[in-house]
Amino acid sequence: MPPFASDFQQDYFQLFDVAPSFRMDTAQLERQYRALQAQVHPDKFAHLSDAEQRVALQRATLVNEAYQTLRSPIRRARYLLSLHGVDTQEESDTAMPVDFLMAQMEWREAVAEAQQARDVAALERIEARVQHETRELEYGLAVTIDTEHDYAAAAGLVRKLRFTEKLAEEIHTAFDEIDT
Amino acid sequence: MALLQISEPGLSTAPHQHRLAVGIDLGTTNSLVATVRNGISVVLNDEDGRAMLPSVVRYAADGGTTVGESALHAEDPVNTIISVKRFMGRGLKDIGDTSRLPYRFVDTGGMVQLRTVAGVKSPVEVSAEILKVLRTRAEAALGGELVGAVITVPAYFDDAQRQATKDAAKLAGLNVLRLLNEPTAAAIAYGLDNASEGVYAVYDLGGGTFDISILRLSRGVFEVLATNGDSALGGDDFDQRIHCWLLEKNGLSVLGPHDTRLLLNHARAAKEQLTEHDETRITAVLSGGDVIDSVLTRAEFESMSQNLVQRTLQSMRRALRDAKLGVADINGVVMVGGATRMPQVQHAVGEFFGQIPLTNLDPDKVVALGAAIQANMLAGNRSGDEWLLLDVIPLSLGIETMGGLSEKIIPRNSTIPSARAQEFTTFRDGQTAMSIHVVQGERELVSDCRSLAKFELRGIPPMVAGAARIRVTFQVDADGLLNVSAREMGCGVEAAITVKPSYGLSDAEITRMLQDSTQYAQDDMLARALREQQTEAEQLLEAVQHALEQDGGLLGDDERGRIGERMDALRAILQQNDHHAIKRAIGALNDATVSFAQKRMDKSVAHALAGRNISDLEVKS
Repeated sequence: MPPFASDFQQDYFQLFDVAPSFRMDTAQLERQYRALQAQVHPDKFAHLSDAEQRVALQRATLVNEAYQTLRSPIRRARYLLSLHGVDTQEESDTAMPVDFLMAQMEWREAVAEAQQARDVAALERIEARVQHETRELEYGLAVTIDTEHDYAAAAGLVRKLRFTEKLAEEIHTAFDEIDT
Repeated sequence: MALLQISEPGLSTAPHQHRLAVGIDLGTTNSLVATVRNGISVVLNDEDGRAMLPSVVRYAADGGTTVGESALHAEDPVNTIISVKRFMGRGLKDIGDTSRLPYRFVDTGGMVQLRTVAGVKSPVEVSAEILKVLRTRAEAALGGELVGAVITVPAYFDDAQRQATKDAAKLAGLNVLRLLNEPTAAAIAYGLDNASEGVYAVYDLGGGTFDISILRLSRGVFEVLATNGDSALGGDDFDQRIHCWLLEKNGLSVLGPHDTRLLLNHARAAKEQLTEHDETRITAVLSGGDVIDSVLTRAEFESMSQNLVQRTLQSMRRALRDAKLGVADINGVVMVGGATRMPQVQHAVGEFFGQIPLTNLDPDKVVALGAAIQANMLAGNRSGDEWLLLDVIPLSLGIETMGGLSEKIIPRNSTIPSARAQEFTTFRDGQTAMSIHVVQGERELVSDCRSLAKFELRGIPPMVAGAARIRVTFQVDADGLLNVSAREMGCGVEAAITVKPSYGLSDAEITRMLQDSTQYAQDDMLARALREQQTEAEQLLEAVQHALEQDGGLLGDDERGRIGERMDALRAILQQNDHHAIKRAIGALNDATVSFAQKRMDKSVAHALAGRNISDLEVKS
């Protein structure tokens, strides 16, 4: 394979010419993203034939999808595990540790209460704690995937990360609602 | 950076002369057209030296239309349509209090229509009249036919509003190179003028729409991080506040169309006066003889319009949250739209961001200027600076699921183009059709979102319930418009899709409008269609020839032979007077070159990443 070949049958890491690991040099990823879009974006082909415009639309869509996947820690982990043949079973495996579920429920109640009371400061405190929890889980992913290659354990962390991601979305919505 | 230019995209561009392209700001109150001349973006004026064309269309009984300044002064409010942009892609119930507007609305269930003395008109047709005037102005000024135009739309426009704008351009005989978001257009004008770097907020308060966009500018890339807004909030609403105040102050109730128009004109003048002065006097004589004589102070005006300004600040907070940024991260704030001249707006925005907003480009012209720069690039006129625009979809797209809930398929602020494929199955044995309801908006209930369209899939092979696997692809293109395609995965049957747009026009309606608008000039239309197809065919042949010379080695003999045959076929048919046949031959040649285009693009991508790596090495050494 030539050193810098880039065809669109490759996986996302190869497409962006970055190492297939959970730890990611996001600045490098961003540079590659811009370099790729500069080549395939439909704006570069607007004056050319239909065939070229069609291909540009497909390519630019794929580059965006790949970038969104590699940029987001949870999506990157999910994708990386799928390359290793591991399904994260987020729909089917719902057996979570009891203390984890209890903590989730408490947080949800706290978000609802803060929204009800229109208490921005309280919401910001919860947000900071959820962000901390998210970073811990992401650190765990870096260790289990990149160092220990324990993909089953990593799948468990992805399932947990899904909860904190939903919680972050709820907090975001609560901020918007308070503002209305 | 220079090494990135080892290989440039669009290699097949054959050497050519300057292509005529324009940027059009189709505004609620005023519209403008601009172009790049000798490397500089300029607004094109009318014969009287005026840049702004009031977005006003008057229909006369004889079917004639007047557009612009002269229509504005006609005392015929029922047939004189102003601010038509507010009705684009909108139903009657979206418009709110219609008693304050002098028009005769027709409720079609879908996009609202207007009954005029010249017949019932869709907002799309009214907008097309404005665009035709601008097209004529541009072609006269530039001395030739346009290859295309970039039309700007509010960033917060939904799919129906965007589609209506594109349809209007088509009706006006314009080739739409791109729909461009207004704040992004403004950023291009500012960014390229000042070579800015960093994160910018563009605050765009126009006549009838409000947008806020947060963009990151870095080394020639304009990346929109988040956008928010209100497509029914603008300078018009400030006029309405003064109008209501006048009614209340003078003990008047609802007025007739003439008096409403009269007072709204006075309200607008008063608003403009208060930009420079602390108070203004409003005097008018109504048709019934009532005399209005009131003094309005700036403080009173600011107080009655305070919650309008507050609504814009709320959108700004949301946009910042979506971009995961704080006020301190914003390097500059750009003001766009005539309504940003109001001191209370400048003050509120300045206070919110803790810095003085940039107003060094004319807020009325900056959108058109940016659109022209984009049009120039899209038309293939190289300006030397290579730059790239990455914009987003403003509102989430969802599909209706069981229980009337919306399941998000493409979230808001996704970079476009974007796509999502979803698999569906049948509910009953032998089912051969299904319907997919697509909505746009952030709320959970479908009834709280905006209905975009119902897509009906037919031709699914009959199977037992749950056995069919239909893969539906939702593709949002670079204009922010949604396209839907479907395929049965088991046997690969392409399911036929019919689209029922909720607030848009069907293809049949657009065809009828096109025929209506040209029924007295059928021959003209045929001649134009033929000329257009011939030009397109010549350009395509030239481009393919050029591509073959450059990259013919990427092709096998079979493929090369097939492309050659289709080129010969197109050449043979070129001089016949059949534009349909030419169009078919163009399509055939296009189809034959898709995989060639892919190979060429892969080659240029490989070069780009290689170039990047080389430049990295050089930096390190």
